[in-house]
Amino acid sequence: MRPVNPASRGSLLEVEDLSVVFRQRGRADVRAVDGVSFSVSPGETVGLVGESGCGKSVTSLAIMGLLPKRGVRVEGGVSFDGTDLLSLPPDKLRLLRGRDLAIVFQDPMTSLNPVVPIGTQVTEVLTRHRGLSNGEAREEAADLLRRVGIPDPSRRLREYPHQLSGGMRQRALIAAALACRPRLLIADEPTTALDVTIQAQILELLKTLVAESGTALILITHDLGVVAGTCDTVHVMYGGRIVERAPRHELFAEPRHPYTGGLLASVPRLDQPRGVRLQPIEGSPRDVIPWARGCAFAPRCPNRVEECTPVAPELLGDRHGLRCVNPLRSDQPATKAVPR
Amino acid sequence: MSHRADKGGEGVNAPEALLSVQGLQKHFPVTKGLLKRQIGAVRAVDGVSFDVRQGETLGLVGESGCGKSTTGRLVTRLMEPTAGKIFFEGHDITHMSQSKIRPLRRDIQMIFQDPYSSLNPRHTVGAIVGAPFRIQGVQTEQGTKKAVQEILELVGLNPEHYNRYPHEFSGGQRQRIGIARTLALKPKMIIADEPVSALDVSIQAQVVNLLEDLQNELGLTYVIVAHDLSVIRHISDRVAVMYLGKIVELADRKSLYDSPMHPYTNALLSAVPIPDPARRKDRERIRLQGDVPSPLNPPPACRFHTRCWKAQVICKTEEPPLAELAPGHQVACHFPENVEQATAPAAAKVAQNVEEALHPKKPVV
Repeated sequence: MRPVNPASRGSLLEVEDLSVVFRQRGRADVRAVDGVSFSVSPGETVGLVGESGCGKSVTSLAIMGLLPKRGVRVEGGVSFDGTDLLSLPPDKLRLLRGRDLAIVFQDPMTSLNPVVPIGTQVTEVLTRHRGLSNGEAREEAADLLRRVGIPDPSRRLREYPHQLSGGMRQRALIAAALACRPRLLIADEPTTALDVTIQAQILELLKTLVAESGTALILITHDLGVVAGTCDTVHVMYGGRIVERAPRHELFAEPRHPYTGGLLASVPRLDQPRGVRLQPIEGSPRDVIPWARGCAFAPRCPNRVEECTPVAPELLGDRHGLRCVNPLRSDQPATKAVPR
Repeated sequence: MSHRADKGGEGVNAPEALLSVQGLQKHFPVTKGLLKRQIGAVRAVDGVSFDVRQGETLGLVGESGCGKSTTGRLVTRLMEPTAGKIFFEGHDITHMSQSKIRPLRRDIQMIFQDPYSSLNPRHTVGAIVGAPFRIQGVQTEQGTKKAVQEILELVGLNPEHYNRYPHEFSGGQRQRIGIARTLALKPKMIIADEPVSALDVSIQAQVVNLLEDLQNELGLTYVIVAHDLSVIRHISDRVAVMYLGKIVELADRKSLYDSPMHPYTNALLSAVPIPDPARRKDRERIRLQGDVPSPLNPPPACRFHTRCWKAQVICKTEEPPLAELAPGHQVACHFPENVEQATAPAAAKVAQNVEEALHPKKPVV
């Protein structure tokens, strides 16, 4: 796809040095997100990739102001079209949320209210933010459901979430998120709970929406396959930090960070010969005590050198950002063909 | 450890197949009202037949609700089948009583999907992995503890962690504990229900490699139930694709992935995202419309016809049998793809089906 240069297009969302610290009495603070910076332009799709616990979902909740006030310290800046979201009073933020900012959560089973019909949950957004009457809102809601590919929308509007299949529930959620034509949509693992054939439908739907309405999309996922098909720019996160950032084609053609390379080498792929033994990343994310001294990935890293531990490396590089002192060289393949 | 009791008795049925399943069915009744009047049945598994040979890995793959997990549970006799037969080493175990099946449980073990709910949080690792010895009353030469520690080492856990509790371990380590438990009594066959889908990407590879190593080392036979086609391709020798309670295609790995015959298999394979933007362009994408129909009221005849782009009249009236259209490649479809390698009689049958479709005997809506 086209090369993305946020500076020239004027970015819609700017996240500057965002940190989220969870504090619990009697325990050490947990720094779930540490110095995350990125920007999203209208019509651009940005991917946040990483395994569970890497901070990708907390980042999205912090942007939306959905983290609890108590026991959480959010630092840094989140600027949406010039407005600082972090310092915005709650009532002003509520006006933006649902209208200009929308989020789709991972689990369509739990993010819809089970005792409220689908129709009410979709029209609520329309009556509140666009001031439509109930009748107008119902018509608009039916139209939205049709656009996201739900057949027989007027009947579905009267139904309850349990009467819909998982794929349809996720589509209803997307319909509600899109009701006010948001300028920024955050999709947090939108297809993880779905089957592959439904996943393909939902991703296609999101892509069409971005192309048609110029919505800026932040796609959060652990699935590199999903990222490869949708995102313009990809940010790989590990231990609360962005460890690598690159345009999609560059990242997949030439991963530089050992973690990115390791992720790519550890998934079995349909497009590669099968006689390759999987290359797992040693250890597990919980083995590390992150945000101690040095690189959080160092204990699992095959390229570990002495310089990794005293100080954490900075995210360097403009177009292809990298947080590593000893990155993968281009002659060092991420996937080694090991005979079985 | 040679603690396996010799069971003796030669097989009566197909000696080369370790497990043979014939026409297996499981219908869950749907009841209504105070009197629990049965108003229907969910046909979770509806006539499934397959063989598993000694030492091979059979992959069962399909979307949620296709009956793959139920099939796994029926084979391990954790559920009672509605109809059909299950033969293990030639013995009919379909309706064997609990007391008779217990010795057999040593030979058929199961790995569960969720490493968080499949381990008792109040038991130590030693108690969990040692439970099979206790339940089966197996004596080992140097005591249970030594045996358990050997198994822990085999699956890549620290034997010193014998007295720890499951919450002290990460997801991948917990799955290893589950695997250690299944290996305790040296089973012949392991049914693994989504063994890696609850794990992080980088941990999945560790568990997949472990399963492979154990198979090579101990000569295990696996039935792996999973929804991830890439994982199934990596680990299986033969693959069965299920849709709404039926096997629609069963073939060895290579021919299934290289030349899938059933339209559903084609659609599934084309929907798998590939982590390489450069290679995505030249793939043919098949977009299925709609969702999987409810198994409470499955479509008549071919169950895939509501979403199939090749469906003709015959698909709605006549159920396609699971037929061997190429050596070792069974497909249940009236209009299979990639049939150029098909044998002559099969091709003739397809032609005949097409003929019937074009000139139906009676008008069909």
